[in-house]
Amino acid sequence: MRLAVENLSFSYGAAEVLHDISFFLEAGEFVSVLGPNGVGKSTLFRCILGSLPDYEGIITVDGRDVRALSRRERAKAVAYIPQIHRPTFGYSVLDTVLMGLSRQVRAFSQPKKEHIALAEDALRRVGAEHLKERDFSRLSGGEQQLVLIARAIAQQSHILVMDEPTSSLDYGNQFRILDLIRKLADEGYGVLLSTHDPQHALRYADTLLALHEGRIAAHGVPADLLDAALIRRLYGVEAELVPSSAGPVIVPKRAGK
Amino acid sequence: MKKTNLIPSNRRARITILIMLFGLLALFLFSFVLGRYDVPVSDVVRILLSRIFPIKPTWEKNMEIAVLNIRLPRILLACLVGCCLSVSGASYQSVFQNPMAAPDILGASSGACFGAALAILWGQPKVGVTAFAFVFSLLTVVLVYLIGSRTRGNPVIGILLAGIMISSLFSAGTSYIKLVADPSSQLPEITYWLMGSLSGARMGDVGFALIPMLLGLAPLLALRWRLNVLTLGEEEAGAIGVNTKLLRLVTVLCATLLTAASVSVSGMIGWVGLVIPHLCRKLVGNNCKYLIPASMVFGAIFLLLVDNISRNLLATEIPIGILTAFVGAPFFLYLMMRKERAL
Repeated sequence: MRLAVENLSFSYGAAEVLHDISFFLEAGEFVSVLGPNGVGKSTLFRCILGSLPDYEGIITVDGRDVRALSRRERAKAVAYIPQIHRPTFGYSVLDTVLMGLSRQVRAFSQPKKEHIALAEDALRRVGAEHLKERDFSRLSGGEQQLVLIARAIAQQSHILVMDEPTSSLDYGNQFRILDLIRKLADEGYGVLLSTHDPQHALRYADTLLALHEGRIAAHGVPADLLDAALIRRLYGVEAELVPSSAGPVIVPKRAGK
Repeated sequence: MKKTNLIPSNRRARITILIMLFGLLALFLFSFVLGRYDVPVSDVVRILLSRIFPIKPTWEKNMEIAVLNIRLPRILLACLVGCCLSVSGASYQSVFQNPMAAPDILGASSGACFGAALAILWGQPKVGVTAFAFVFSLLTVVLVYLIGSRTRGNPVIGILLAGIMISSLFSAGTSYIKLVADPSSQLPEITYWLMGSLSGARMGDVGFALIPMLLGLAPLLALRWRLNVLTLGEEEAGAIGVNTKLLRLVTVLCATLLTAASVSVSGMIGWVGLVIPHLCRKLVGNNCKYLIPASMVFGAIFLLLVDNISRNLLATEIPIGILTAFVGAPFFLYLMMRKERAL
């Protein structure tokens, strides 16, 4: 399984949001996308997921142009894990995960035993089996994110695209979710994840893709690339990297000190 | 049970629907007994069965006329209209991810009202009024859909806004027709139609409404599990592999067909499409696999019940549209204000 983005450019009207982006994602690889708000991370994801088809360049999965894939084929190739949000109607956790199986359930039928087994298996893999009967809309943020990851696993695609999955989680849950995502990458999923926190990229990702003003500012091994200069360029913040037993720690400087 | 666990289980949902079905059957038979001319329930059953099986008539001829010609069409129509309005509301709520969506959200009702008023103004017979209401109802929604899907930005919001605007245009048109209508004959007829009523229902009305109703109900029942995914919104549902555009179009078309068919034979009957799906959400949960069938059965129960009150409470009949509002609005307020607890 290989996702390749080549010379991707995208404009909303006259405003160019992404310019000449190229990178690829292999099975088992964790790519972290960094960049300030509005830099085009979400636009990049939406191009990959097929909801913004009017881009220049080419995006392929295993050599096949994603624009030529049907919705079903695309859903088989790439799963999307959104940021958690309050759903309009509360569904049980199992029903929520089952929705991820829409590709597999035939159009005019209901989920069968084998689909329910797949959904339960996906919940087991993220360690959320005990939540099965609960109301999704009443779970904590961390639990909801677990369930959304389970939904993507049930979709049985091998590339997971996540738009800031940790942004609304508390400190402990951020790391629990990232540990799980790292584990999934080690099991063979290709993970493309955007994050606000460069520390996450440094600690978990195999590859860093830093965007600045719609272009690639840095692309490669996080530990080699993430330095004070890159952080200043991306976020306009002075920081230093302090070595620790678990690798470098990014310490931003306080204003006026 | 913990407070956080409020989703009714699948088993519970199935049992609830089964109980509702028995309730509907009982109410259906009981409704034949009600009325000025007394018919015992045992005769009702035999008269109804005599249509299918050869049973020797032991009842008076008048009983048969009351049951088959007067009460049967009205009872059937109440069940069908209640069922359709309620399913239509539940479907619209999923499509627009909006718990306040109701069957008239895309202007189906205001279009039907305009059509009916126009037909009465032009002196059409009852069949013409029904046909005009049906055609205008569909036309309105097609217009709303065409305009709404051409707006920029979120297509769902575009369609909703177009619905509100076109609705108000047609309402203004209806008001104008009322202004120019003959105040001694046409105006009362229009006003009465707008209030909604099942009185004077004939088998012909049932026949007229049945085909579009079945055409609308069948796809919604078949696709009902997939409607769940629409509540996730455009982007997520698309990434899961669902053709949201097609599914939304089919659902809106079916729900509109149901509304148009209902309103054209019964006039404006509000609240059913909003209140009944919500009550069913409390009873069987939000999963459309159970919500759609539950809404069908419970909608039929509700409207049949209200119609029984409407034709028997006072000496003169109360238009059912007024009663559904009297029953529906306070009930909805009660649902809103009640503290959440496990049912």
